Amino acid sequence: MLTYIVRRLLQSVLVLIAVGFIAFSLFSYVGDPINNMVGVEATDAEREWARKTLGLDDPFPVQFARFAAKAVQGDFGQSYRLSIPVATAIGERLPATLELVFVAAVMALLIGVPLGVYTGLHRDGAISRILLTISLIGISLPTFLIGILLIMVFSVWLGWLPSFGRGATVDLWGWESNLVSWEGFKSIILPAVTLCLFQLTLLMRLVRAEMLEVLRTDYIKFARARGLTNRAVNFGHALKNTLVPVITITGLQIGSLIAFAIITETVFQWPGMGLLFLQAIQFVDIPVMAAYLCLVAFIFVVINLIVDILYYAIDPRLRLDGSGHAH
Amino acid sequence: MGDTTNAQPLLQVENLRVEFPTRRGTLVAVDDISFHIDEGEVLGVVGESGAGKSLTGAAIIGLLEPPGRVASGQIIFDGARIDNIGYEKIRRLRGNQIAMIFQDPLTSLNPLITVGRQLTETIRTHVSVDERAARERAIELLNEVGIPAAERRVDQYPHQFSGGMRQRVVIALALAANPRLIIADEPTTALDVSIQAQIITLLKRLCKEHGTAVMLVTHDMGVIAETADRVAVMYAGRIVEVGPVQDVIRHAQHPYTHGLMNSIPVVRHDVEQLKQIDGAMPRLTDIPSGCAFNPRCPKVFEYCRDARPELVDVGATRAACWLYDDTRRAGDTT
Amino acid sequence: MTTLTEEQTNRTWVWRLRDSLQRFFDSDIFYSFRRSPVTVVAFLTTVIFFVAAFGAPILTPYNTNDVATLDLMNAFFPPAWIEGGSSARLLGTQVSLVVGFLSVLFSVVLGVGLGLISGYVGGRTDHIIMRIADVQLSFPAVLVALLLFGFAKAILPRGVQDAVAIYVLVVAIGLSNWVQFARTVRGSTMVEKNKEYVQAARVIGRSPIAIMVHHVLPNVMGPVLVIATISLALAIITEATLSFLGVGVPPTQPSLGTLIRFGNNFLFSGEWWMTIFPGLALVILALAVNLLGDWMRDALNPKLR
Repeated sequence: MLTYIVRRLLQSVLVLIAVGFIAFSLFSYVGDPINNMVGVEATDAEREWARKTLGLDDPFPVQFARFAAKAVQGDFGQSYRLSIPVATAIGERLPATLELVFVAAVMALLIGVPLGVYTGLHRDGAISRILLTISLIGISLPTFLIGILLIMVFSVWLGWLPSFGRGATVDLWGWESNLVSWEGFKSIILPAVTLCLFQLTLLMRLVRAEMLEVLRTDYIKFARARGLTNRAVNFGHALKNTLVPVITITGLQIGSLIAFAIITETVFQWPGMGLLFLQAIQFVDIPVMAAYLCLVAFIFVVINLIVDILYYAIDPRLRLDGSGHAH
Repeated sequence: MGDTTNAQPLLQVENLRVEFPTRRGTLVAVDDISFHIDEGEVLGVVGESGAGKSLTGAAIIGLLEPPGRVASGQIIFDGARIDNIGYEKIRRLRGNQIAMIFQDPLTSLNPLITVGRQLTETIRTHVSVDERAARERAIELLNEVGIPAAERRVDQYPHQFSGGMRQRVVIALALAANPRLIIADEPTTALDVSIQAQIITLLKRLCKEHGTAVMLVTHDMGVIAETADRVAVMYAGRIVEVGPVQDVIRHAQHPYTHGLMNSIPVVRHDVEQLKQIDGAMPRLTDIPSGCAFNPRCPKVFEYCRDARPELVDVGATRAACWLYDDTRRAGDTT
Repeated sequence: MTTLTEEQTNRTWVWRLRDSLQRFFDSDIFYSFRRSPVTVVAFLTTVIFFVAAFGAPILTPYNTNDVATLDLMNAFFPPAWIEGGSSARLLGTQVSLVVGFLSVLFSVVLGVGLGLISGYVGGRTDHIIMRIADVQLSFPAVLVALLLFGFAKAILPRGVQDAVAIYVLVVAIGLSNWVQFARTVRGSTMVEKNKEYVQAARVIGRSPIAIMVHHVLPNVMGPVLVIATISLALAIITEATLSFLGVGVPPTQPSLGTLIRFGNNFLFSGEWWMTIFPGLALVILALAVNLLGDWMRDALNPKLR
């Protein structure tokens, strides 16, 4: 158990270092950072001084080490565009994104998995066919278009829900939240639905495919041949085996929710990290880009680690190192 | 035992026909076969792969995979039809009255559930006992199938058992509710040769002790010779010969059975060459008219291509071959 | 003498074509195609989109290269927004399709190539390629594309940015999609590599490349085609998304996403059609391609029969 987790942790650290390296290269070689800092009118002497004080003359590994040390402490320098520390800019927006992703993930799981199980079990049923067709439309609908359509219907035409911003949030010990008041919650409904819809359909189709795969296996046939009830076979056996791969994918999906939040946040002008990142790209605000990259990588790594541990808890084959990996 | 005339057979299959509708017409995988199994008897069903052996077993227990279906015929178990009794009734028979063992022990057990849990779950499906009693019974069963340290191993997962041990677990699962018939579909094919004999011996011993009848599906004549009381030989979806195992082995009447027997390696002093039957079994899409074996048959004559022979008494066995119909044979010029 | 053989070869060529056509129309795949009306409709829809998009200069009376025609604010009144708007949309579809196709092509070449190398060479090379694939797989396509785009924007001089925007887009989307191809091809390569005929081919001195091309590629074409079709839908959507976010094609070469972006600014003033029509075109196109991919996957997967 311990070696397994330690190994995974080491891999995670390696991934983080790799991403940090990319971010650092971005930082130091894309455009001259001095230009961005000292302004156009600076003399060569001033530039040289800035270069020295910033340590840009040091050898590459030293610079990288310094960057990494700062990054670990959350220091990514100043945003070119906003002229405030990157950490502050991100810190202000992180809660908005995390809440959005959380609500979307919960919705996708609570609806997507049961629908997938249902369509997997009732493979040829009418309802399954309808659900599958709808899901294909869901996959073909780009996230931003879903957002626009929802705004058009629920904000412009019906006027039920707000179409942009976080609305009335409640301050919970420094964490601005949309989840504790109805007024705040109203603002998060449309963005969260927009964000979750694609993942929901994906999850449903994945669970269905996996379920069909499992239902074809010998051990399910043998379970039926032993006279176990449909209920026991479907939910006691098949579902459990289905969930193993589903957990991995769900982890990846939460990661992609964070990425897709960029789109949703743009459509709804949701003041989160994604919107910040997009603006950073448009203005070539490199410190923000680098910081976002590192933060997202960190979140992904943490999610992956949780997934691995869950995996370990569910699949007994992993628990005994080296003893027969027969399928 | 062995007396088939007075007692009602445990299982009676009459004119069973299994079909697969496809876009190029209906494929007949099992074509009008009839046989019976008596209480406590071991019936070997032998034939090449694709002969319809496994499908016959699946049809009996109601587990044909769609689009395969029983097109006609009857399956009678313990005096009552079971081929048309609806899902819930056949489910109650499965495991309880009729159990099934599949070919590959490595894939027959759910990898995520402990062996003990799979056993108690099966026991409690059919017998009303509490969890503790079920567990005791599970350990008892594991002991019975020869798994050492059953007390400890009952809580282990399938991947912690070797192939042979897993097949023992599978047998324990099949025996869990004390069924009266076990359909064993190639139970040893996936195992090492050295372990095959152990498993067969075990199966044979346990069934004898419990008085369980066995339908042993295999393509291995050697296994049949050791284990079965009677044997049915299948070819292209039909039974071509059926009879007591010693008679079929020593005095095979059907040319196909004869060929099969010659393909068993026997260590003897007068080393005969191991013979093979020329050609291959026809695919379901193009089964020849008349006797399906006629293109490969060394004793084929004209009439074999025209009409399909039925099983008739020939010596101690029953064979479906025109050779034993004197009028047909006489009418033929060859 | 020569003419005769030529005629003969011609004839055998025609015969062979006829044979393979006949086999195709008789095949299970064509059968399942005919049996699924949804798939037929999806196929026809895709074809119509192609014809309309690439025939746009011929089909519309407007000069599609003239930016004035593309000014959708001109398309304010009904007749104009149908005509001027539709020509813009046709052009938009063309840009979307071109970017989609090129990026899928890019991922196929990259993915299949790396997959073959990874599977055939094995060892450390395989390990490195697959690690990169793993890491990349955990980063969603949109994010990878956005990052690459930001990167390109930072290193390219401002003047050429618009000119090469489409290629940047193609590379960005293509790079974000190659992993699936590589994984599939790698798996098949590893299976195929150990077969006896490949060993034999190696012994008689055929080059690894020839072996791969003749033995492995034909075996993986089915799955690659399925993934490519589904990737095409994904690429079209990703392109639209990036363009919608304002990091895609320049406004002078609007794609469907750009058009939706324009329209979105007027959503609240009631000009819903500016968003809805390109949006509809995008969804129908993506849906048709997805349906094709879905059907293809089922038709080529013997397990699901």
